[in-house]
Amino acid sequence: MAYLELKNVSKSFGSGKDKVEVLSNINLSIEEGEFVAIVGFTGSGKTTLINLINGLEFPDEGEVLLQGKPITGPGPDRGVVFQNYSLLPWLTVRQNVKLAVDEVYPSKSKEEKDTLIEKYVEMVHLTHAIDKKPAELSGGMRQRVSVARALAMSPKMLLMDEPLSALDALTRGTLQEEIVNIWSEDKKTCLLITNDVDEGVVMADRIIPLNPGPQASLGPDFKVNLPRPRVIAEINKLDEYKHLRNEVLEYLIEVGLSRKSEESNQYELPDLKPVMPGRIKWGIRKKSEKQKFF
Amino acid sequence: MKDKILQLTGIQSFLSPWVNIFKGEETKKNINILLKSYIFPLLSILLFVLVWHTGATYLYNKEATSKIEKARAERGEAAALEVQNCIYSGEVGCQPNTLPSPAKVWEAYLSLLADHKIISGKKEAFAKKVEKTNAKRAEQGKAAITYTGRPSFVDQIGTSLKTVFAGFLLAAFIAIPIGIIIGLSSTLRTSMNWLIQILKPVSPVVWLLLVFMIVKTLMSDSDMDKSFMISFISVGLCSMWATLVNTSMGVSTVDKDFVNVAKVLKLSIGQNIFKVVLPSSLPMIFTGLRITLSVAWMVLIAIELLAQSPGLGSFVWEEFQNGANDSNAKIIVAMFVIGMIGFGLDRIMMVIQKMMSFNKEVA
Repeated sequence: MAYLELKNVSKSFGSGKDKVEVLSNINLSIEEGEFVAIVGFTGSGKTTLINLINGLEFPDEGEVLLQGKPITGPGPDRGVVFQNYSLLPWLTVRQNVKLAVDEVYPSKSKEEKDTLIEKYVEMVHLTHAIDKKPAELSGGMRQRVSVARALAMSPKMLLMDEPLSALDALTRGTLQEEIVNIWSEDKKTCLLITNDVDEGVVMADRIIPLNPGPQASLGPDFKVNLPRPRVIAEINKLDEYKHLRNEVLEYLIEVGLSRKSEESNQYELPDLKPVMPGRIKWGIRKKSEKQKFF
Repeated sequence: MKDKILQLTGIQSFLSPWVNIFKGEETKKNINILLKSYIFPLLSILLFVLVWHTGATYLYNKEATSKIEKARAERGEAAALEVQNCIYSGEVGCQPNTLPSPAKVWEAYLSLLADHKIISGKKEAFAKKVEKTNAKRAEQGKAAITYTGRPSFVDQIGTSLKTVFAGFLLAAFIAIPIGIIIGLSSTLRTSMNWLIQILKPVSPVVWLLLVFMIVKTLMSDSDMDKSFMISFISVGLCSMWATLVNTSMGVSTVDKDFVNVAKVLKLSIGQNIFKVVLPSSLPMIFTGLRITLSVAWMVLIAIELLAQSPGLGSFVWEEFQNGANDSNAKIIVAMFVIGMIGFGLDRIMMVIQKMMSFNKEVA
């Protein structure tokens, strides 16, 4: 039996005329220890899908089963890494992670909790910044804290909602490696949601494209059989990598185009021309500006 | 910490042009800043005093002429001349009673200070005189004899500040917890909304009467300071609405991301309130408290005036009833003091408010 199963799940928002069906007929099953990436355009309902799995929202039709039982709400068995970090800005890194530790091990002593917190912060290489507030950290560091917080619940499954989309390409690469390392250490089940096909290919065992919404549904599976550990610089050259990447991209572009042709909205652009600001003229001294008080 | 306070109070930006000119950095730019932040405000003050002075002179002359005319109509030419001489000789008794000029207000201010010195001297003398008796009374378990003479202007300011802080604390203690409870539950919010909306615009005078009715009955036989109780409770009740509304608003509009985190981490209600809801609504709460304090100070004067409890309000009222020669000038002094203290209180709250708010974008 699959670890996580979605059966004919549909979800819509709004009511009456404004009702929009975001997800329709989603079928997905993830085995224990598997790393699955769902790739889709922005606005195709990816966050809704992950909210259904982490229990913040419930499906209108169909069911979401975790180990055969329907999900009734958020739980410590599913750690979530949010898209925009969602760290509490008034708490330090330690306190942010402590919130999760407190939830999972309420009866442990203070020292035990501290060692746990330090262990998870060490996992994401942030020990030097443990007593800093999120405002003092860079984007990549904040996202690592978010990962540490999710791990600190020692979840069986890790849900990641575009965790790296706000980061620059270089930081992305290192964080991708770190996440894959953490995953391969204790083989948690991972579900990664992303808009970057490369990211999916580098990290996941299986890529599933999400057809753009409304009424988004899942596309066919693409198995990733590249050997692990995958180093981006090396697998970049593999034909298999290029082939797979192009296949997924082509599929996404195709469904994106077909979706677009259905809604042939023409937008009239205003007839505007850019006006160049005054060019700098060399040789003419700029007059000193007079201070105006009124 | 020191730097932060300097920066938040605005003292730093106030002093920096001077410092920069001394250092010789960007002299021209700093002189411009200086013009803007010192010279023009100073000019505006001068203009204000000038307008005030001309207006006061005009009113003085008008009042004087009407006084002379009145004497002429009632008692003949000789009486008119006598009144005229009396007025222009500067005798205190027959000065026209009208808006005092800036100079008179300054004089009144000095006389109030002198009065304060005299009264505090008297107080000290009294304290020395009753020292032994008080020690004896303390042994016998009786209350000490205290000075019951007329309070000076500075004492009145102290009393007013005491009352306003008592009222402010009362408002905070009532409004913040209720605001949090109401903010957490939308059902409670809609069911309490009518009450808040109806009570919010009620005038301070009505609150005073209401509090008077209740306190009078409750404390008919206790020897606590009844007028103080009445005035600070009314101040609290008048001013708490801003905090109440702001707190419930802040609590009910916690960022959705934070709410999601709390849900995913399955925080208990207590942890949710203290770790997520309260910190994120602190800026809103402090904005509310700032409004509350300024409303409290504004309302206090009116309430003291009506409740006859000691303080600046009753000072103003007594001077008005008094009708002495310099009463009007003293009222104007009180007006400026009230304004400046209000400004100071607002500044203090602003600094606290800024220290409490965090930058949301970097969360």
